[in-house]
Amino acid sequence: MPDARDVIFRTLADPTRRALFERLCREGETTVGALTARAGISQPAVSKHLRVLKQAGLVHDRHEGRQTHYSAQAGALAPLIDWTTEMTGFWQGRFDHLEDLLNRMDQ
Amino acid sequence: MTNTATEARSVVVERELPHPPDKIWRALTQPHLIEEWLMKTDFQPVVDHRFNLRGDWGTVDCQVMALEPNKTLSYSWVAMGLDSVVTWTLTPTRTGTHLRMEQSGFRTDQQQAYQGAKYGWQKFFTGLERVVGGLS
Repeated sequence: MPDARDVIFRTLADPTRRALFERLCREGETTVGALTARAGISQPAVSKHLRVLKQAGLVHDRHEGRQTHYSAQAGALAPLIDWTTEMTGFWQGRFDHLEDLLNRMDQ
Repeated sequence: MTNTATEARSVVVERELPHPPDKIWRALTQPHLIEEWLMKTDFQPVVDHRFNLRGDWGTVDCQVMALEPNKTLSYSWVAMGLDSVVTWTLTPTRTGTHLRMEQSGFRTDQQQAYQGAKYGWQKFFTGLERVVGGLS
């Protein structure tokens, strides 16, 4: 599903958003307030990034009273793992072509 | 950028080749040779030079980041929404050259201007490894 993959790559390409996602991976479920306290950006900005992460399926939100808790969704990272596998295959094929070329350059 | 967590999100392909480094360097840096094994390109071995790699399936936008003739070459590789960096390393051996290609995901232009990006980047991979480890 290239579309899903594209969304995840674009979502994580933003360093601020990636940092928020990384914190959720590292620290487990966290409230917006706690994320904002150490993010260095405003709460509306944090909330906006979290919405984008949620749309990409990278985080899940849970409402409890006035607080919203966010957690990372591990399964959503599958496209990234697929990318690594695909690129490994791609480069191995290119190395084969490169070797063929180098042998021909001898002549 | 050498911790194991970073390696987990990188693609590394290595091969021993019975050819001298300068010959492999030509294959890596001369457009008419690059086209023979990789893709059509307007590559130039000049730092900051922007170029494309054009395949049947689409175009990869690239920019030369660093080079040292016969030793190392790295360029950004932007395709399918993922910014990455491809780094070639040539090490002479008794019988030829050890050629190593590493592609690291998620470099972005924003990252260069982002304070503490490298630290955050490494931590991202650490967290990612933990999440991926939890998948199985």
